[in-house]
Amino acid sequence: MSEIQNYSQVLVLSGKGGTGKTTFAASISKLTKNKIVIDCDVDAANLYLLLNPEIEAQQQFYGGKKAEIDSENCNECGFCEEICRFDAIHNFRVDVISCEGCGFCAKVCPEQAISFDFHKTGDFYSCVLEDESKFIYEKLIPGEGNSGKLVSEIKKAATDNISEVIEWIIIDGPPGIGCPVNASLSGTDFVVIVAEPTLSGLHDLTRLLELLKKMKYTHGIIINKFDLNLEVTEKINELAKMNNVDVLGYLPFHHDFVRSLQLGKTIVEFNLEIGKQIENIWLGITRHINNKKGFIK
Amino acid sequence: MIISIASGKGGTGKTTVATSLASVNPGSVYLDCDVEEPNGHILLHPQFHVEVPTTKSLPEIDYSKCTYCGKCAQVCEFHALINLGSEIFLIEELCHGCGACEYLCPEKAITEKSKTIGIVREGFSVLNNIEFYDGVLNIGEASASPVIKDVKKKIQENKLNIIDSPPGTSCLMVEAVRDSDFCILVTESSPFGLHDLRLAIEVLQILKIPFGVVINKYEKLYTELENYLNEVKINVLMKIPFDKRIAEDYSNGKMPDVFLTVLNEEFKNIIKKIHALVAVDHINTTLH
Repeated sequence: MSEIQNYSQVLVLSGKGGTGKTTFAASISKLTKNKIVIDCDVDAANLYLLLNPEIEAQQQFYGGKKAEIDSENCNECGFCEEICRFDAIHNFRVDVISCEGCGFCAKVCPEQAISFDFHKTGDFYSCVLEDESKFIYEKLIPGEGNSGKLVSEIKKAATDNISEVIEWIIIDGPPGIGCPVNASLSGTDFVVIVAEPTLSGLHDLTRLLELLKKMKYTHGIIINKFDLNLEVTEKINELAKMNNVDVLGYLPFHHDFVRSLQLGKTIVEFNLEIGKQIENIWLGITRHINNKKGFIK
Repeated sequence: MIISIASGKGGTGKTTVATSLASVNPGSVYLDCDVEEPNGHILLHPQFHVEVPTTKSLPEIDYSKCTYCGKCAQVCEFHALINLGSEIFLIEELCHGCGACEYLCPEKAITEKSKTIGIVREGFSVLNNIEFYDGVLNIGEASASPVIKDVKKKIQENKLNIIDSPPGTSCLMVEAVRDSDFCILVTESSPFGLHDLRLAIEVLQILKIPFGVVINKYEKLYTELENYLNEVKINVLMKIPFDKRIAEDYSNGKMPDVFLTVLNEEFKNIIKKIHALVAVDHINTTLH
């Protein structure tokens, strides 16, 4: 642990879904060498669709435990149903989806008829990209919980035995401000927020800024689709100023964003002009981080 | 009837569809369960009259009785309690409030206190004649489930209830959509939309909830989505064309004009279609 960390972790967040997190994360992944890319939006990991990774290893993830009643030993006393606070037990059966994994029932069953074992919640994939970089993503089994735990696990897997040449860890984050976002944040050097100028976007951005302030993570804002509503864009500028947060750049509302996606390409490969704008924004971010860390590049 | 609106991918238009559906059905009940980022109020402009806190239970140690035996820390599956020998340290964010520590403490030294983790707001949208409820998770809180559960307590059986679900396919989305009579999945004409739609469909199949799809930002050019829907025989309830004006209205917190004019009839018809689909589903499940 005495080694100086050579790399910086950049996390892309948005609060509101669909503002362009993955589009931006995919773009900077294409523009950067000596990197590891992680998709932490475990509920709906779709960054891989743009990066054409080759899967090298697949690992199962056992995220939590679930209770199960052994009907042969159960004498139907109903005590488990009575004490379960998650309403997960009915007619001497555990509803796997409702089971919170607390194990209370298993610990107090007078007949010891309840088992409590690890339960598979997802898979994660270790991959190689075209430029030989490592890429890690995961698939939560639909409907499963513990996505925060899965996020922590894949971040750990990505940074274990990390090569010295790695300079950047680029993370596509989950939407919202809850448990998976908290797990994505740990160890992050800089958070790029992709915002959009809609009243809903502004509302969600305000909540995300409050969270980042509370948790003390350095962050900056990109206003995507800025020309969709210049008035709200101005409001975001004001909000940023008030919070002492930099606006890192502006990207236009342009049909090429969705068009490139439909063709399975990143926007930087598809529209060179917008590509150049993203490159400049990313250059600004990397300079900012390197200056702050005292790296000479 | 309970209809939930979900999507897998964020930003496909869940809230726009959910609020539009509520507004063409006066007398309906709208419940925003996207409690990390609730936005329904921006489009429906309700007047709020009540705010009720959602709480979770946390253990409280009575140190006059505690012997530091460590049983509480040992039984906590979430590692929320740490026995320091002179103190039992609680990490509030990790506690799920299951009550195991309280029950299993040999000295009966644990009681419970409650902590507010969010609020449920009750209001009324006069303009649309809609009862409005939403949940707002406190910033920094990890667990949104209890807030969603509290919002869903406002469901009114004899009315049309429209639930706006959080994005994703994890436990929170399940919490929001479960017990619905029907779920509308809102997707968009892109590989991301299709990919996340397939995940959301898996959840609904596990939960055995009948569903249909609304394609938002629809573009004929992108054929993969429709090919898939045809192949697996999923009902498309409506297609909303890609139109910058819709995005502009939404950005201003307005219900899109196009929805209220050109597409108004189609929105009204969605509920009729759903009634028919639910009836068919009911017959199928009783036959099997």
